[in-house]
Amino acid sequence: MSSDTLIDANWLDYLLVAIYFGFVLGIGVMARRSVSDSIDFFLSGRSLPAWVTGLAFISANLGAVEIMGMSANGAQLGLPTFHYFWVGAVPAMLFLGVVMMPFYYGSKVRSVPEFMFRRFGTGAHLVNAISFAVAQLLIAGVNLALLAGIVRALLGWPIWVSLIVAGAVVLSYITLGGLSAAIYNEVLQFFVIVASLLPLTLIGLNRVGGWDGLTDKISAASAGASSASDAPPAAQQLNAWPGQALSGFDSPLLSVVGIVFGLGFVLSFGYWTTNFVEVQRAMASDSISAARKTPIIGAFPKMFVPFIVIVPGMVSAVLVAEMIELKDGGSPAGGASGDVTYNDALLLLMRDVLPNGLLGLAIAGLLAAFMAGMAANISAFNTVFSYDLWQRYIRKDHSDDYYLRIGRLATVGATVIAIFTAQIALGYDNVMNYLQTLFGFFNAPLFATFILGMFWKRMTPTAGWVGLVAGTLSAIAVDRTAAAGVFELSGQGVAFLAASVAFVVDIVLSVVVSLVTKPKPAEELRGLVYSETPREDRTDPNEASYPWYRRTAPLAGIALAMVVVLNFAF
Amino acid sequence: MSTTSETDGRSKKAGLFDIRNIIGALMALYGVILALAGLLGEHEPEKTGGVNANLWTGLALLVVGLGFFAWARLRPIVVPPDVDRADDDPTRPAPQRKRPPAH
Repeated sequence: MSSDTLIDANWLDYLLVAIYFGFVLGIGVMARRSVSDSIDFFLSGRSLPAWVTGLAFISANLGAVEIMGMSANGAQLGLPTFHYFWVGAVPAMLFLGVVMMPFYYGSKVRSVPEFMFRRFGTGAHLVNAISFAVAQLLIAGVNLALLAGIVRALLGWPIWVSLIVAGAVVLSYITLGGLSAAIYNEVLQFFVIVASLLPLTLIGLNRVGGWDGLTDKISAASAGASSASDAPPAAQQLNAWPGQALSGFDSPLLSVVGIVFGLGFVLSFGYWTTNFVEVQRAMASDSISAARKTPIIGAFPKMFVPFIVIVPGMVSAVLVAEMIELKDGGSPAGGASGDVTYNDALLLLMRDVLPNGLLGLAIAGLLAAFMAGMAANISAFNTVFSYDLWQRYIRKDHSDDYYLRIGRLATVGATVIAIFTAQIALGYDNVMNYLQTLFGFFNAPLFATFILGMFWKRMTPTAGWVGLVAGTLSAIAVDRTAAAGVFELSGQGVAFLAASVAFVVDIVLSVVVSLVTKPKPAEELRGLVYSETPREDRTDPNEASYPWYRRTAPLAGIALAMVVVLNFAF
Repeated sequence: MSTTSETDGRSKKAGLFDIRNIIGALMALYGVILALAGLLGEHEPEKTGGVNANLWTGLALLVVGLGFFAWARLRPIVVPPDVDRADDDPTRPAPQRKRPPAH
């Protein structure tokens, strides 16, 4: 390479990046000035068709987690990573659409803590608001770390300068109004990412000699691996089940149980059904039927996303010189954060196979995804901080302007804090391990409390907060015990175990505490608990008149059948 | 789509700001630039394994972009005559816009 930067971009690449940001900021400006009725139409709540909200739903999630984390996982572990999509996402998305969405859409809550407040009152609300705010700051740090990695790869600056610059870029994106047309941007972003990752996958496969060439090379690399290599055997990398490499269990049976219960049930249901960064997209649709279809329509592209993020990771591990060395137990220099880590799989593959032009498209897609992801974390933090914490517990009854000022300060504060939480994320060489750990701490107990509170009207306010606190503490305890070396599980096994423990502890304690404390009166639970919500509040009267392909249940059935077929095929 | 039937005198089509036209414009613009880069620029076959990746991706994006334009033309979204001004989403810290009093 001619220069000392990781990626050698030229004017053509920067032009493509600039065009994308021109579009995004242009839409933001138009949206704020409302130059057109149709923009108002698209932005006013509850007017969008289901395909738009469905794509925005997927796109809100197609950020750092998906692109860098999954390609890193693909490079390190191979095909078992597909479980994150086929076991760890699609079933939960279908469940969200079929069972839970009617409660969200009907009760019009705008955040998780708000739901907690209405169902359980102050205790659970406070616990949840604090843990949600902390989680958003930590996840914003992950997005920022990856964004800074790209800045560093492009410009060659030291990592801390890149972090500050990336933070400043996100802050200006938020203040220039890039978020006011979030759904427009997310749908655009989806197409840009697919348009850049699909060619990357195809060219990468072309270089290694197609799918057969890829499997041959993985087998050969595994057979010739040095003793320092901790890569799993080729047979485990090339079959999705039983996935010991992912779960860290030696026994195939335990591994399947770990994946299905830990990842497939607790972690993924916890993530998808309580994550309002995504659920809010569905709330913008034009009817309860469209809101229910939002995650279900999103499930179809979601099934095929792994082919354009995991496969490039696997290609990278057998094609890029640094990645081959890393997987063989070496520690090559020159990655986005200093030494090469699995997180660099995608960037290094881009460097090696994309010509200038396509390279710019790929950079635009990655920058867009991480920036939007971090902006979403920060704005979620901002809402919870200014309305759920500051207004409710610290300074009541001030003017709207006062809370807006607090919100702006919170935005700046959160960005600065994210620069520090990014340091934690940089300490993990596979960012997916870190993220799953966080989800185990925060989402698994939340899901347990949600699901129990939604279907068991006896559950009491005290049980609400006790379960959440105990669940989170037990997940942290499991993680720290593992970190102290008391027991060992490779891959994401510790995160799966911590999440499962948190879920079980939360459920058991909630039931025990509920039996000895006083429940809320039934009339306050309408719209919040299944048995207290009349059927007409949960369904769309027009649903039955739609053709079958526009109804919720048949669509969900097709998605489920497709994902089962995919599981058997790989 | 929920917006096909009723077309009274005052409602109008979403036109330029239909999200499909915006997607179409971006994809088509990228398509043209990449196709031109593929035709005129260096081809870098050693990276791609011999395929002119810019050209083919550009052509594909052009087709996708035109497809979105065609979809928006064939099934236009009709904006109802009296659209509520978009409410500020309190979860978003973008510059705020006050909702006008209800009419």
